Amino acid sequence: MRIGLFVPCFIDAFYPQVGIATLELLERFGCDVDYPFDQTCCGQPMVNSGCHAEAAATEQLFVDNFADYDVIVAPSGSCVHQIRDNLTAVEQTAAVKHVRENTFELVEYLHDVLKVEAFPWAKFPHRVGYHDSCNTLRNLGHGKPSELRGPDFSKPRALLHKVEGIELVSPSRPDECCGFGGTFSVTEPEVSGRMGRDKIADHGRAGAEYIVSADTSCLMHQQGCAKRIGAPIQFKHIAEVLNGSAA
Amino acid sequence: MRGRNDILADIRANKPKFTAPAPAVPNYDDHYPSDAAGLQARFIEVLEKMGGAWAEPEANESLEATMRRALADKLDANSLIASNVREIKGNRRVHADDTPASLHDVDVAVLRARFGVAETGTVCFTEAELTVNAVAYLAQHLVVLLDPATIETNLHRAYQRDDYKNARYTVFHTGPSATADIEGVLVRGAQGVRSLTVIPTPTV
Amino acid sequence: MSTPDPSQTQNSAEAVREAQPKPAKARPGQRVNHASAAREFLQSPIHAQSHDERVWAMRQRRDAAAETIPEWEELRDLASQIKTHALTHLDEYLEQFADNAAANGVHVHWAGDAADHNRIVHEIFADHGVKKVIKSKSMLMEECGFRHYMEGVGIDIVETDLGERIQQLDAEDPSHVVVPAVHKMRSDVSQVFAKTLGSDPDNDDAHYLTEQQRQATRPLILDADAGMTGANFAVAETGGFVVCTNEGNADLSANVPNLHVASIGIEKIVPKLSDLGVFIRLLSRSALGSPITQYTSHFRAPKPGGEMHIVLVDNGRSKRLADERFWSSLKCIRCGACMNTCPVFRRSGGLSYGATYTGPLGLILDPSIDAYRYSNLPFASTLNGSCTNVCPVKINIHEQIFEWRQVLAEDDMIPWTKKSTLAAAGRTLASPRAYRAAIKSAHSALKHLPDWALYNKLNAWGQVRDLPDVPAEGSFHDWYRQHRLNKEDPTAGDRE
Repeated sequence: MRIGLFVPCFIDAFYPQVGIATLELLERFGCDVDYPFDQTCCGQPMVNSGCHAEAAATEQLFVDNFADYDVIVAPSGSCVHQIRDNLTAVEQTAAVKHVRENTFELVEYLHDVLKVEAFPWAKFPHRVGYHDSCNTLRNLGHGKPSELRGPDFSKPRALLHKVEGIELVSPSRPDECCGFGGTFSVTEPEVSGRMGRDKIADHGRAGAEYIVSADTSCLMHQQGCAKRIGAPIQFKHIAEVLNGSAA
Repeated sequence: MRGRNDILADIRANKPKFTAPAPAVPNYDDHYPSDAAGLQARFIEVLEKMGGAWAEPEANESLEATMRRALADKLDANSLIASNVREIKGNRRVHADDTPASLHDVDVAVLRARFGVAETGTVCFTEAELTVNAVAYLAQHLVVLLDPATIETNLHRAYQRDDYKNARYTVFHTGPSATADIEGVLVRGAQGVRSLTVIPTPTV
Repeated sequence: MSTPDPSQTQNSAEAVREAQPKPAKARPGQRVNHASAAREFLQSPIHAQSHDERVWAMRQRRDAAAETIPEWEELRDLASQIKTHALTHLDEYLEQFADNAAANGVHVHWAGDAADHNRIVHEIFADHGVKKVIKSKSMLMEECGFRHYMEGVGIDIVETDLGERIQQLDAEDPSHVVVPAVHKMRSDVSQVFAKTLGSDPDNDDAHYLTEQQRQATRPLILDADAGMTGANFAVAETGGFVVCTNEGNADLSANVPNLHVASIGIEKIVPKLSDLGVFIRLLSRSALGSPITQYTSHFRAPKPGGEMHIVLVDNGRSKRLADERFWSSLKCIRCGACMNTCPVFRRSGGLSYGATYTGPLGLILDPSIDAYRYSNLPFASTLNGSCTNVCPVKINIHEQIFEWRQVLAEDDMIPWTKKSTLAAAGRTLASPRAYRAAIKSAHSALKHLPDWALYNKLNAWGQVRDLPDVPAEGSFHDWYRQHRLNKEDPTAGDRE
């Protein structure tokens, strides 16, 4: 079983530690992980704006890079949603179908496929507010969204509960969108920024020292908002926490 | 200008081309109390949440007295009480040929409900109970006689009744007129009645 | 529905000093600019915060109401299935409805579009010498520009829903399908009523203001020549229709004057009376969190001596039925739950949409009415998907928003600069070498450029947030080469 590691463009450029933690974490569980060197992006920035034709070449490159792997794992919910549900600008060949059907978001892979029981190396003695990104929550099914009725569950929280010392706190609006929204962040900067500041404040009121998420794009946005207003809250990708990042 | 035939033809041409059967709808009332007292208790609980009042007649009290007691702060000697029920006399009869506007000064309208719904605390009237439909909205307050034996469990059951099929007008009242259109502040008596009081009264 | 609390009073005193934000309306032929209207709204912090909190409170009450119904998610499924069934048999049920209504003694009219609707109603009024009309809230009549049309022909229309009346007196569009004046503070209402109803400008108590409106409207109700309502549901089996209100204003409008005209969109059809059990259970719980609206009124035939007319309105609906991506938007029962849950709607206010339908619902309905004018609206969303989950008839709202983006991009309805920027991004991201060069230059710019060059109006990201730092280890790609590949060869792994 060969895993192709997909490190999305903005993680590659600005958050290499997230890619490193993902790689190391998978290796700790004995996975055979390879990083295809010519990878760039999944096409989401164009598709998110309705420009599917403009995404076709990027999507094709993605498939070319990953078609030979049994499984593709990425530490980004929105990119996995794009690949699984919206990678439609290219002809749906067997290779494209294989890639779309076998791409996993990291939390899903750890929780559903590897069924990880423990992270003995991980300690995170902090109060953490977990940020359910909308893509992981509603498009990938990480948990029960607050607006649906039914039994409560949360895959990322189930994983985080296995980390020694961690204390999970919950904001008053548990899964309110943080306002990133892909290109929305630049087409509607004021609304986006307001949502980001509200989200940070809600986590702050709940006592969170860290906001942890499975979507780096949401974190990049929230971190930028926090820095702009001087909010002391810190940010970590869930891969870093599960891989034993101290702080 | 497109008329009936054009619009229907466009719909025929454009409607989705697959068959979708109508689903069977369960009654969803297994968990309701099976006894009349339990159903009445559920009815009262929701009625009060919706701003309505429940006035239980005391021993040997006339319905007239129950009404006066329940509406003590709303009535005075000059109040105009338009009653459509035999049990309470009132001082103004509503006749089928009264114009709606002629009812503008009614303080209290007294009506009998056809039935109630426990799920929502609702009472139901048709034009037969209203005589003049507008009286239930132009009056300042509404008093409703409800036979507790007629309380249905939920809306699924309520819509299995035949009342609507022959009535010209069938209306559910659930508490009094209400609005929260100004800063979300709840105010009773936005346009219609300011209060609704239900008095349990078996039908004789 | 919340009860007053002391903190709101204090808030309101400050709000007197904050005028209500009034975004500029797009002129005819112009594109609505949601982003700039939303910015204006957010520049009034008291209004903005109050709006978000009040609309969120409706979402919370909806959650609490749904929690009391064990079969809630099943009911949503049933409602969706009934609507699918009704819309796939719409011609049959519509005929059945119209024939039954006619048999009940109701005059049935058919309007192909908004202009037909307005003209038909005008003719009915002209035949009866109607000059003064009271009406309850109807989104369809908003869609038809009905009140505006009637002003032009000298017929006086009085709104009887409090929120709608406030908006009428302020000459402003409704901002929300259920609570039309939810963007206003009580101080704003106080100013409007002081000017138009002569109420005390210093009294902004909601009870006082509501009573002022009641007293002012009652004589107009008693004096009206005709009453108008919309309809929430039209039942094929009986030929009757249902109107749901909390104020009892539809019942006053329909029952006080002798003439009742109801405007009904053709998609409002449900096959059977028993279907109402499903929809009435869902409607008000989804909208406001109450188990039912205070009044649920079933009109089947005119009152003795009275006259009842139904105008069945298409106005683009039969055309939308043909689009396999968007036909299910016709299931909408106008509960407003998608607006209440929408974080963008709550932050930007309904007027920022510059359209009849606002919030997520507007994003998928308005472009079908005028694609160019409303071409920005499908982009006023983070695609978070909570709208789809609250929708009582399970319309895949966020997926339709996403689909509309594609339709608008393909039809060149999005700004050229946006499309060309994304085309350039697509070219860069399709080439590993161009992509690596872009990261290198971004890192270099972030490291070396002064803030004034990074943070300016060309950088929309930087307007509200800081840019990320350049990582010390360089990109992941660099790290991987250095730690996992041939450390000596700086181009190891790169494809030429």
